Amino acid sequence: MWKTILRRILIMIPELIVLSILVFLLAKAMPGDPFTGSINPKSNPAEIHRLMKANGLFDPWYVQYWHWVVNLFHGNLGMSYEYQMPVVDLIKQRGMNTLWLAAFTMILTYAIGLPLGIYAGKKEGKWPDTLIRIYTYVTMSIPFFVVLVIGIWIFGYALGWFPTSGSVSPSVSGLGPTLLSRLGHIILPGLLGALFGTVNIIQYLRSQVIDSKHSAFVKTEIAKGVPTKAIYRHHIFRNSVLPIAAFAGYSITGLLTGSIFTEMIFSYPGMGQLFLNAVNFRDYTVITTLVLLYGFLNLLGTLISDIVLSIVDPRIRIE
Amino acid sequence: MAYEFSGRDELSDAELLELSQEAENEATPSTIRVMLNEFKADKTAMASAIFIVAFILLVVIGSFFVNVPQIMQTDLMGYYAKPFTNYILGGDSSGRPILSQLVVGSRNSILIAIGLTAISSTFGVVYGLVSGYYGGYIDLTMQRVYDFMMIIPMLMTIIVLVTIIPHYNAITLTLLLSIFYWMGTSRLIRSSSLAESQKDYVAASKVAGTSNFKIMFREILPNISSLIIVDTTLSFAENIGVETGLSYLGFGLPDGTPSLGTLIANANDPNNITQYWWTWLPAALEIILLCLAISYVGQVLRRTANASQRRGN
Repeated sequence: MWKTILRRILIMIPELIVLSILVFLLAKAMPGDPFTGSINPKSNPAEIHRLMKANGLFDPWYVQYWHWVVNLFHGNLGMSYEYQMPVVDLIKQRGMNTLWLAAFTMILTYAIGLPLGIYAGKKEGKWPDTLIRIYTYVTMSIPFFVVLVIGIWIFGYALGWFPTSGSVSPSVSGLGPTLLSRLGHIILPGLLGALFGTVNIIQYLRSQVIDSKHSAFVKTEIAKGVPTKAIYRHHIFRNSVLPIAAFAGYSITGLLTGSIFTEMIFSYPGMGQLFLNAVNFRDYTVITTLVLLYGFLNLLGTLISDIVLSIVDPRIRIE
Repeated sequence: MAYEFSGRDELSDAELLELSQEAENEATPSTIRVMLNEFKADKTAMASAIFIVAFILLVVIGSFFVNVPQIMQTDLMGYYAKPFTNYILGGDSSGRPILSQLVVGSRNSILIAIGLTAISSTFGVVYGLVSGYYGGYIDLTMQRVYDFMMIIPMLMTIIVLVTIIPHYNAITLTLLLSIFYWMGTSRLIRSSSLAESQKDYVAASKVAGTSNFKIMFREILPNISSLIIVDTTLSFAENIGVETGLSYLGFGLPDGTPSLGTLIANANDPNNITQYWWTWLPAALEIILLCLAISYVGQVLRRTANASQRRGN
């Protein structure tokens, strides 16, 4: 098993390097230079030229890339010229909001997906199963952002049950009320996100449960007179649920991508919204850092998932 | 016994050939025939398929009668016109008719989705087929590329690329999106191509000296064609969401080119979303209906591809 994990980590290194080169080239391809925002438009062109030379902007790209990577390792990601503060601080600030929302969505996803998936498998072919399958079919077909828009329209504006923008109401103070207000702001986007995130879990669990239901060992247990409930609790449930843990890592990608839509529609001040703003203001340091960060998180997510899967399911290790 | 033998003499060789051909056809019905039967057995699927085709024809033909520059002009008389007053579906914040925008926008969105599906599915199929057929180091290398593509934050990268490409239009957008949406198909095709290439007919073909190219595209490809049809249909529904989502965020089709996504983007204005619902709701409902119908057809096709789940005979 350690061999698999080690190999998996080794594969990660070239991927990380290619990702960083890609992000660097993206940054280079964007019009303007790092000084566009910070220098006085009246500056002398010769002075700008000197500044650019001093900062190595005329070096060959691989030299520039090297400097960029070295800076990266020192935690020096540059300044956001829109917010006039270090990108690291900016991301720390916004990242917390996105983390709140993502964690909440994740919890809801499992809270909805686990019971529904197992129940559907248990009731295979009966009406609860049909109902759950219709639900997965619908959520699989419709684009996420359309449902977010309709969701905020109905529950946010028309019924007025949930706030439609921000992460905390501006008027609240104190720890308790602030937390409550935060929760209030993430319930609707989190719930909608979870309703859409459950599809994979439900489909996987359903087929797992059906498979184990028809397997020889379950039939043996039934023949021996073990009560159905016990079989489900000890065997079917345990067999099916463990691999589900691995989905958490993979779903990071979905959560982050979804967060761009969610944060835009709910005007939620997280990293997705930060990214869209940065693109609109051409705030390049923020854009490149976020693309790199999201890529890195994707990488980490798949790595963790693969490791979890290889621990849980020995068949994967053999290859 | 003797009688049966004599009976056989009455058939000419040509007739015999025809009969055996018929028997063979019945034993292994063509993919298309099976799919048609399946649609006949499922009235909802039939209705969905007819709805999709009719809808696409309607918006494509209808859009010929719409003068795009003219409808995209500001018209003060139609400023937030209510439905059934100035225009059938009302007007938006610049007094532009929603219905005409909807027709042209649907055409743009659907055509981009078709183009995107065609390009990305073709690439995904070839990629998966080659990767799965050769296996070994070729597969390993190709899968590393696949893994890397999966790590890239797709939506963000597309948004950045859209903003740095100087002059882009529907075609550049389609090509750009195609770079990022072939992985699902390639994964699926790879696994079935991997399984298929282990089968005896492939081994026999190899021994007989058939070229790899021919085995892949003339022998394996037809055998997984039903799978490809299913995947293409489902990708099509998904791809409608891809372009409209991007246009919704403001990074899809350029300004002045209506799309279903830009129409739904009207909902970003709190006034529009509550008071002037007709500016965005029709487009949203249309996407939902269209995607549900396409995806339903996809599910039916999936049942067809999987013989054990068929309903028709």
